[in-house]
Parts: sequence; structure tokens; C-alpha cells
Amino acid sequence: MKRIGKRLRSNLVIYGLVVVTYVVLQMVMGSGHISSSLQGQLVPICVYVVMAVSLNLTIGVLGELSLGHAGFMSVGAFTGVVACIALEGIISLGAVRMAVSMLIGAACAALAGVLIGIPVLRLSGDYLAIVTLAFGEIIKNIINCLYVGIDHRGLRISFLTSAAALELAEGGRVIIDGPMGISGIKKLSTFTMGFALILITLFIVLNLIYSRSGRAIMALRDNRIAAESVGIPATKYKMMAFVTSAALAGAAGTLYALNYSTVTAAKFNFNTSILILVFVVLGGLGNILGSIIAATVLTILPEMLRQFNDYRMLVYAVVLILVMLATNNDDFKGLLYQIRGKILARNGTKGKEGAVNE
Amino acid sequence: MLKIDNINVYYGAIHAIKGVSLEVTEGEIVTLIGANGAGKSTVLKTISGLLRSKTGEINFMGENISTLPSHKIVERGLAHVPEGRRVFLQMTVQENLEMGAYTQKNRDTDADMEQVFALFPRLLERRKQIAGTLSGGEQQMLAMGRAMMSRPRLLMLDEPSMGLAPLLVEQIFAIIQEMNKKGTSILLVEQNAQMALSIADRAYVLETGSIAVSGTGEELIESDKIRKAYLGG
Repeated sequence: MKRIGKRLRSNLVIYGLVVVTYVVLQMVMGSGHISSSLQGQLVPICVYVVMAVSLNLTIGVLGELSLGHAGFMSVGAFTGVVACIALEGIISLGAVRMAVSMLIGAACAALAGVLIGIPVLRLSGDYLAIVTLAFGEIIKNIINCLYVGIDHRGLRISFLTSAAALELAEGGRVIIDGPMGISGIKKLSTFTMGFALILITLFIVLNLIYSRSGRAIMALRDNRIAAESVGIPATKYKMMAFVTSAALAGAAGTLYALNYSTVTAAKFNFNTSILILVFVVLGGLGNILGSIIAATVLTILPEMLRQFNDYRMLVYAVVLILVMLATNNDDFKGLLYQIRGKILARNGTKGKEGAVNE
Repeated sequence: MLKIDNINVYYGAIHAIKGVSLEVTEGEIVTLIGANGAGKSTVLKTISGLLRSKTGEINFMGENISTLPSHKIVERGLAHVPEGRRVFLQMTVQENLEMGAYTQKNRDTDADMEQVFALFPRLLERRKQIAGTLSGGEQQMLAMGRAMMSRPRLLMLDEPSMGLAPLLVEQIFAIIQEMNKKGTSILLVEQNAQMALSIADRAYVLETGSIAVSGTGEELIESDKIRKAYLGG
């Protein structure tokens, strides 16, 4: 009972922090004391928080290294935007249309998760990482060759040709133009939508982790043979975690794409997958609050480092290395404790110094 | 209750189990002994569905289970305690036991847990402790207790004495006998042939993938050949 109480409390802390941050930012924005560059970052931050939390489900909770998370984001982005444009005449209210689009994006990404999950989840370790990496690249290349248009007859799709092959009727519109991606998107994403998506993601992920299924998933991670020997169906639960993770990434993809006027498949490349992986690793495997903080800080950080101009990415890399050293290296942690000890000793009585250094 | 008929198991091109047949009847302790690499663990993994036999049939309570997935086999009442104390290191003792009752949906597991604690008082003392901090012997007890939580009719134990101090080995074997008296049939794989044969009703000796000798525990302890090969003179 005590443990459950502790869990509930730590979950409430996560929800609370997110809500408080949202309210504070809204108030600051209302009073106009926020830089335009930070304001522009709010939706991407929400996107990356959702991406990091959902990838943490695969890596931290399920324990499988996936390097293709941007692939699911891509599927969600493109299907979501196509849905959004196709629904333009049907649902007039922007927020509702966007929510429906996000659902469609999530559903398509989930479907991609099932398709890729069937072969991939038979593998483990490095092999799984390699196949998911390949999946991300394959998705990118497929979308680069995809042409989708809409006219009064409905959606028209063509592959490996050109936009002309769509043979759109009068008044038709090209949506996905191969490597050019989608342009002329009406910006629908708002900070509030992003905030709502974060809350939904947290609700799904935290409830999954602390459910019977979540316990089974973590048992598989801790010891697959032991888990199977107590009768946990491995494939079912691996699939459950992997597909949930993919669906959330898909919704985040839609949110991301609807925040810009153009979106191309090249955006969702290997670097994006690695970036999200960095958020998860720095935040701590299985640590949801850590993922949220890491994603937020590391999305803002490159902007704040603009003053370093050309050396920006260099400084960013150094910061990453320092954080990793500080959180993972025992010697470094020991050094920090020693320094802290010395400072404490200096502030305290001189006589205690020796004992603290011990 | 368990009848294995002429199974053949391969690791890629390697023919690991060559036509093994064996039988466990209700209420028995049966042991499978043999040298390193003879295929003892492979036989257990095949029975519990972690590996597949290419040919042959495995019958449990009159049902062919050789094609069932492992979680269905656990549901039928056949539990496997894998080699090397595979407990969930990050969970507490109690949570590990709760995982053992995974297949027992919507059933109150408190009574089962009381029974496990009666068998293993040490686990009761360590109820809230993280399994990774238990000693080797305690982890072995936990793995066995966890298997008991699924209410098995037949419990398969893979090398429960591995790496344990002699005193603990005796304790573990005493507990195995107690479990058996309470109605659980046992199929025991052991390197410690002396101990295994002393508690077994019947025994099989596995040599490079096939059954070389079989008989009652007493017969094998007294056989010169077995004594020379497995019991150290």
C-alpha cells in the first residue's frame, strides 16, 4: 500500500510540474514578457517531450533500443497533415480538425508499428537497433517518392512518378509533392494543443507502466527467460509497448507538422531519432520526469547558445558530455561530492574539515 | 502425467537431443542427471516451450503440449524454474512472487503466498527487500517460491544446487521433498548426482543427448558404472 502511495505521489508530481509550467508560461505570455524565439519553441518543446516520453516506453520500460523513432513521427506527420487538408471542407473548427488529424496520424503510426514490430520484435539488442534504424530511413525514402493530391473525386495517390501523374481535376490540389514534401500548411498547432497532448501521453504511459501489463513488460525487460517461465506471453506485451510508443510518436508528428508551413521527409532522419534518444538517455532510462526535463532543456539550449555563433554545436556537445559524465561516472560524482564536502567544511567549523574529506 | 516420446532438438546444425523419451507419473520425484553439455537443460526448456523439438511428442495430462507457446504451458500447471536463479532483480521479493501468480487471473493469491512463506520462512523475513540484494541461496528459494505461485501440478527445477554452500543445498533439497509431499510432482535436473539420486523415486542419466541409463534412485546409486562416472568413485 505504501508503495502504491509513493507511486501516486510521484505521478502527481509529474502532472503537477507540467500543469504549473503551462500556467506560468501562459501568464508570462499574457503579460508579454517572453522572447519571440522562446515563444516559437513552445510547440517543438511539446513535440519533443512527447517523443522522448514515448521513446522512453520502448527503451526504458521495454528495454529495447529503437533508433527509428523519427520514422513513426514522420508517418504521423504526413498522414496527419493529409488528413487535415482532406478534412478542411468537412470539419471547419480548427482545433477539432487538428485533434481528428492527430488521431489519424497516431493510428497510421500505430499500424506502421505493428507492421515493423512483427519482424523486429523477434530480434533483440543490436539487431533490433539496426532494423529500426533501417526502418526510419526506409520511411523517409518512401515518402520522398510519394505524391498525394486531392480533388473533387477524393484523395489521389501516385508512387515513384511526379505530381503530374496524379491527373488532378480542375480545382485539385497537390498535398505531398515527393521530395518537396508538403507546403502551404495552415498552422493549427498551438501551445495549448501541445500541452494537451503531453497530458494525454503522460496519462497513457504512466497508467500503462503501473498496470498489470506494465509489470509484465518490465518483467520481460528484467529477465526474459524468467518472465516466460512464469507465463508472460512475450510477443504480446512487447508489441503492446512498441505500438503504444509508435502511436504517440505519430500524434507528436502531426502536432509538429501542423506547426510549420512546410514539412519534408528529410526532417525526420536519423539525426532526429538520435536527438530523441539523447533526451531519453540523459533524462534516465525509465524515468519519465527525466525525459520531460531533458527534452525541454535540450530543445531550448541550442537557442540560448546562439551567442557562440559557429561554436554553438560544439558547446552543445560539450554540455552533453559533461552531463553524461556527471550522471554516470562514479569518479566524477565522487569529485563533486568532495568539492561539496570542502565547501560545506569551509562554511562550517575548521575542525570538521578532515572528517568530511575522509 | 508427463510423457515425452522420442524428441529431437537441434541448435542450428547441432543435434542436441537425440530421441529422448522419459516419463513422470503423478506424485513422483524424477531426476535427470548427466555431465556438462549432456542436454539436461535443453530437455527442460523443450518441455516448457522455450525451445521446440523437431520431432516427437510431449504429453502433459493427456494433452500434446509440444506446439503450445510457453505461457499456455504454464497455465496447464507445468512450471519451470530456469537455471541460474532468474529472479526479477529490480522487484521486491513480494513482487517477484506476485509475478509468479501471473497466470492466475482474478484469483486471490494471498493463500498461495502464505504457503510459499511457510515453505521458505526466509522469504517472509525479506518480503520487502529488492531481489537483487538477496544472497544466491535466497534467490534460488525465491525462484522456486515464484514457480509455486502458479499452483503447478509438475514443477521442473533446473540445477537448484548450482553455486550454493553444502548446507544450503541440503535445505533446498529438503524443501523439494516437502513440496513433493504436499502434492507437487517434481522433475529435477542436477549436476549434484549424489543429492539428486538420494531423494529421487526414479532417475534418468543423459549422455551427449540420449538417455544412457534409467532406473530407481537407489538402483543408480548402487550401480558401479554410475558411481564411477558421476558420483566420484
